[in-house]
Amino acid sequence: MSKVILIDDEPLARLVVAEYLQEHPSLQIVEQCGDGFEGIKAIQQHQPDLIFLDVQMPKINGFEMLELLDNPPSIIFTTAFDEYAIKAFEAHAIDYLLKPFSQERFNKAIQKWKEQQLNNTKPDTNALLESAAQLPYQSDRIVVKTGSKIKIIPILDIFYLEAADEYVKIHTAEGYFLKKKTMNFFEQNLPTQQFARCHRSNIVNISQITRIEPYEKDNYVAILRSGAQVAVSRTGYVKLREVLGL
Amino acid sequence: MSASPFSHKKFRLVFICCWLVIITQHTLLLYFYEFSWVVALTDSLISNGIMLLSTLLIMTTLRYYLPATKQYFNFFVLCFVLSILSILLGRWFLGLLFNGDEFYRAFLQRSFAIRLSIAFLFLGCVSLICIIWRRQQDQTEMDSRKADAEKMAKDAELFKLRQQLQPHFLFNSLNSINALIGSQPKEARRMVQQLSEFLRGTIKKDETQWVTLGEELQHLQLYLDIETIRFGNRLQTIVETTDEAASMKIPALLLQPVVENAIKFGLYDTFGETTIRIISTIENNHLIISVQNPFDTETSKSRAGVGFGLKSIERRLYLLFARTNLLNTKTAENIFIAELKIPQTEQ
Repeated sequence: MSKVILIDDEPLARLVVAEYLQEHPSLQIVEQCGDGFEGIKAIQQHQPDLIFLDVQMPKINGFEMLELLDNPPSIIFTTAFDEYAIKAFEAHAIDYLLKPFSQERFNKAIQKWKEQQLNNTKPDTNALLESAAQLPYQSDRIVVKTGSKIKIIPILDIFYLEAADEYVKIHTAEGYFLKKKTMNFFEQNLPTQQFARCHRSNIVNISQITRIEPYEKDNYVAILRSGAQVAVSRTGYVKLREVLGL
Repeated sequence: MSASPFSHKKFRLVFICCWLVIITQHTLLLYFYEFSWVVALTDSLISNGIMLLSTLLIMTTLRYYLPATKQYFNFFVLCFVLSILSILLGRWFLGLLFNGDEFYRAFLQRSFAIRLSIAFLFLGCVSLICIIWRRQQDQTEMDSRKADAEKMAKDAELFKLRQQLQPHFLFNSLNSINALIGSQPKEARRMVQQLSEFLRGTIKKDETQWVTLGEELQHLQLYLDIETIRFGNRLQTIVETTDEAASMKIPALLLQPVVENAIKFGLYDTFGETTIRIISTIENNHLIISVQNPFDTETSKSRAGVGFGLKSIERRLYLLFARTNLLNTKTAENIFIAELKIPQTEQ
């Protein structure tokens, strides 16, 4: 018996999946969720084998929900129309169902998942999420988890980012939040007119800088509006001077 | 080739009158030089008849061929040659007619230079007028072509803006129907009806067409009903209007995208129940429609100001009214308000 969770904000959309699942008695629905927050809770609680996940949902979308999971289960995405998401799915050979889909198409997706279970091959979700981060509707914010709470940070609210082992510290007015991503990832995804990599371990929000002062030999420090001091390397200083038009 | 000026009735009349005046003048002039009426009239008719032919020749030529600016000189040389030929032809003809009248023949000889000058001056003027007329015609045609092209571009843009029925909405509605077919076939049938009626309304309406707010709200209600089925209890809609406001005019299909934006914004930005309010009032002969949705003040701060997804509405209003202040957005606590102003001067 495999455990299944349905995550979709439209009740009728969940109803279809539940109905189609009746042909697969070995799969049992343990919970149905109307948004990503409930989804995370349910996944942590039940540790399902498979989830059906809608992309567009309230507050956080399907991709952002997955980002917050440490160990995401197998996923079959369902979406009505989303050319960006579909491009991402296809780029990473991930199965998805386009609403409305038929029982036959649904069965095929289940069949494919079962084969993957047997061969123990799982599509690379991390790679999918990397490309999903560039989707236009989520490129203006970052979703993080603090304890059991979920926090959506609009990128304009970020003061600076700081490397911290395998995490990145996101500094904001409310303190810092941790996100399990690399500095390179943020350097590539944050808008370059707003953020600059000023140091190997720092990315700074340009509009937060009040002044830049020399600091020790060949190094500088950027003073932010909040009073925070961010280390700036020599190459970082050149870059900042360029974007600030100094 | 452009149309002949002779196609204008007024021009034909003026043209004939001018020639009558010229012929009369010519006759009177000769009469005062003490020629007999017969001689004066014959000279006038023959000379001016030949001139008329030359004039028509020039006008016809210029109807099919418009000299480039550099070729004007050549053209006036041509006019000059034509003048000489006309005068020589007239002289030869009149000379034959009045073979025995030595006094007249001497006059004919002596008046050659003045006749030639007048002929050249006349043909030159005719050419000039024709060329100017042609140029003006071309300009008018070009202007109207340009205006046509601009109108087409505007229409195409309006069409595109109007056609922003979200595929997302359509496929999700079909998916809901698919779900209802299994469990509640009657509801499914009703939703198919609503969806068809909504789509028919969207296709049928022309964006230049104006409808009353009442009609637009009826069309909108179909959309709201479908969305309510899709989202279940989460979506509540309140539509408030007065009889007077309902009878005012609004460009067809303007309201639906605004409401669609409000629903999306409201539903995807908050949890639980979302109430969308659509309130219409009248203010200074403007129809004011306010569309309100709740939003999350913490995460959407930056978005509310920009007016998120309403750009195309703004553009459409600009194309229709050439005004940029007809769509305003504001926030009141956790409510986002998009306010449309529809001037009632059109129609």
